[in-house]
Amino acid sequence: MTASQRWLIKGVRPVGGQPADLLLADGQITAAGAGLTSAGAQVLDGGGLIALPGLVDLHAHLREPGREDAETVQTGTQAAALGGFTAVHTMANTDPVADTAGVVEQIWRLGREAGLCDVRPVGAVTSGLNGAKLAELGAMADSAARVRIFSDDGRCVSDAALMRRALEYVKAFGGVIAQHAQEPRLTEGAQLNEGEMSGLLGLTGWPAAAEEAIIARDCLLAAHVGSAVHICHVSTAGSVELIRWAKAKGWLVTAEVTPHHLLLTDTLAASYDPVYKVNPPLRTAADVEALRAALADGTIDCVATDHAPHPVEDKETEWPVAAFGMTGLETALRVVHAAMVDTGLLDWAGVADRMSVRPAAIGQLDGDGAPLHGRGIGPGAPASLVLYDPAARSVVEPAQHASRSRNSPFAGMELPGQVVATFLRGEPTVLDGKLAR
Amino acid sequence: MKRHLISAGDLNRADALRILDTAGELAQMADRPIRKLPTLRGRTVVNLFYEDSTRTRISFEAAAKRLSADVINFSAKGSSVAKGESLKDTALTLEAMGADAVVIRHQASGAPHRLAGWVHGSVINAGDGTHEHPTQALLDAFTMRQRLGRLEGLRVTIVGDVLHSRVARSNVLLLHTLGADVTLVAPPTLLPVAVGSWPCEVSYDFSAEIPKSDVVMMLRVQAERMNAAYFPTVREYSRRYGLDTARAALLPEHAIVMHPGPMNRGVEIAAEVADSPRSTIVEQVANGVSVRMAVLYLLLGGADPDGEDIVQPMTQAAEVAR
Repeated sequence: MTASQRWLIKGVRPVGGQPADLLLADGQITAAGAGLTSAGAQVLDGGGLIALPGLVDLHAHLREPGREDAETVQTGTQAAALGGFTAVHTMANTDPVADTAGVVEQIWRLGREAGLCDVRPVGAVTSGLNGAKLAELGAMADSAARVRIFSDDGRCVSDAALMRRALEYVKAFGGVIAQHAQEPRLTEGAQLNEGEMSGLLGLTGWPAAAEEAIIARDCLLAAHVGSAVHICHVSTAGSVELIRWAKAKGWLVTAEVTPHHLLLTDTLAASYDPVYKVNPPLRTAADVEALRAALADGTIDCVATDHAPHPVEDKETEWPVAAFGMTGLETALRVVHAAMVDTGLLDWAGVADRMSVRPAAIGQLDGDGAPLHGRGIGPGAPASLVLYDPAARSVVEPAQHASRSRNSPFAGMELPGQVVATFLRGEPTVLDGKLAR
Repeated sequence: MKRHLISAGDLNRADALRILDTAGELAQMADRPIRKLPTLRGRTVVNLFYEDSTRTRISFEAAAKRLSADVINFSAKGSSVAKGESLKDTALTLEAMGADAVVIRHQASGAPHRLAGWVHGSVINAGDGTHEHPTQALLDAFTMRQRLGRLEGLRVTIVGDVLHSRVARSNVLLLHTLGADVTLVAPPTLLPVAVGSWPCEVSYDFSAEIPKSDVVMMLRVQAERMNAAYFPTVREYSRRYGLDTARAALLPEHAIVMHPGPMNRGVEIAAEVADSPRSTIVEQVANGVSVRMAVLYLLLGGADPDGEDIVQPMTQAAEVAR
């Protein structure tokens, strides 16, 4: 590797600890400590800033190929970098579906060309996401994209026998099935969490039990075949209890929660503004409280954005016909700051764990042929990190976002914090809160 | 400041009573040889109907015409996701045409809320999906008061598919505001799971509620519910939740029977009961015109001195619209 620009970050607080200097060289953090000097290095004043390991998202929709009007790998990874992410997993519900080695390699290559963060394609579990026949999981695993997470996200693998086979099959190459837990018959036409709000608003209810029934089933299946299941976007208090139970049994169950489910509730639907329409739906304040507690105690392993960009016309409609989904890459860390740090539930080391270390482990970003992420802030760790100003506050303005879409449910909301800089293997992708390349 | 009538919950007690009182005055006009007032001359009322509902549309049309408004009927059947124009583009079109009020019937719950964000004129909800139908609740309250002389303390039993009924939602909210005691009766499958949080009682036993009722309101059973396991058969539904002659015989002497129409005779209501002197079904239709006149009059024409209620004058919006 040719000698790249070295960076000396002065007086930054690694994962919220005591201020220190960090020297980044050759893609690594080569030194950390007080009073570091390095001739020729670019110096960045990290005073007041926190350094976190580059964030890893297990769940984003970058829409390419197929819906480039909503997002592309280029704009999506720009959004990711601005949000402090250095690795993003892209869901398979593209057009064509990411269900072959060819498509996952195309997405992986687009990510390399954009060069803003490591793009890790998630492969479809079933061909065409049809829930009928396994996709060629092994071919995707063996491809240049080295797929390790498989998901039909957006749809549930609802056939119990097929789910069992998928869980079993991926053991051969250490894969994990990420389940979108939604019992389809219980959610036909469903629009909003079934409860007080759905009844009041006359919107078809989406029962918590439709999520929980699948989670319970899949925990049992994973245990039975000795495989790993990851639960996408957990949204209910009951799901938390089931995952806690499965983990207590020692089963290989991991789970994620989205930023929006940590902050927002179904009462927002009273406006009938589909910017609040999402799958799974926003739930109640009691669910939000349970999700926060579960993320704090580790029952839920990590935060994943479920970044789901949509063009304006798919949201400027009546609620029932609007698309499901919210953007989230550019606000995730700030929302977690508001929901978890400002509430005293997590410290910054905890945030680093839930947004970088654990998702990197689930995604197997372990350097063994895959990029290395989630190794903390210290000598020997990859120089993939985010510098964050916890004292900043500002109102979220989607018009300023790099994402091609504007469907942020946090629009107009004042949130704490600001991503000041993001480095990917020693190269800045974001400086002064703006894209550096 | 309420410029729109989207939910019966938008109305406080004073607003609701003013509408009912105004409707009472306007109803007297129906007996005169010339049944037309010049109040809304020069104003434009658009009936924007995404669902077939001849009775509601002609009721609003008659109401607007009796107040001398110009009426435009805009029938936009079918879903907006189909090839047709989006609701927003339709709204902008109506806006450009200078609509002072848009009466909207739509299959999507919340469509009137969305419309209100895109037009300057008043939006009147003429039924949105499974959400609300506030003018139906107003005409029902008007009819109850006309027949029974009061609303306060009245025991009203609403029977049927509450889960999917916009009539039930609006009636529960309005009748609660007006001091009546509402009981909902339905099979558990046709009640919202959180109905316990509504300001009313709930019962699964229709027969037990009948002797206690001053008003029984029967809701229409939609054909599509019959095939989705909400109840085993139409006959079983009818036996357990229909108002047949045997049940009607248990009603107190003064009690009235209501139905928002259109009826499934022999399913939720027996023909003999629908045609009995207790039945207010035809009066409800007549009262619908008076109540809708009152709503249009108060939203569009009636200058309100304190400007706090639904009777917000329309001058500002009308200027923008032009």
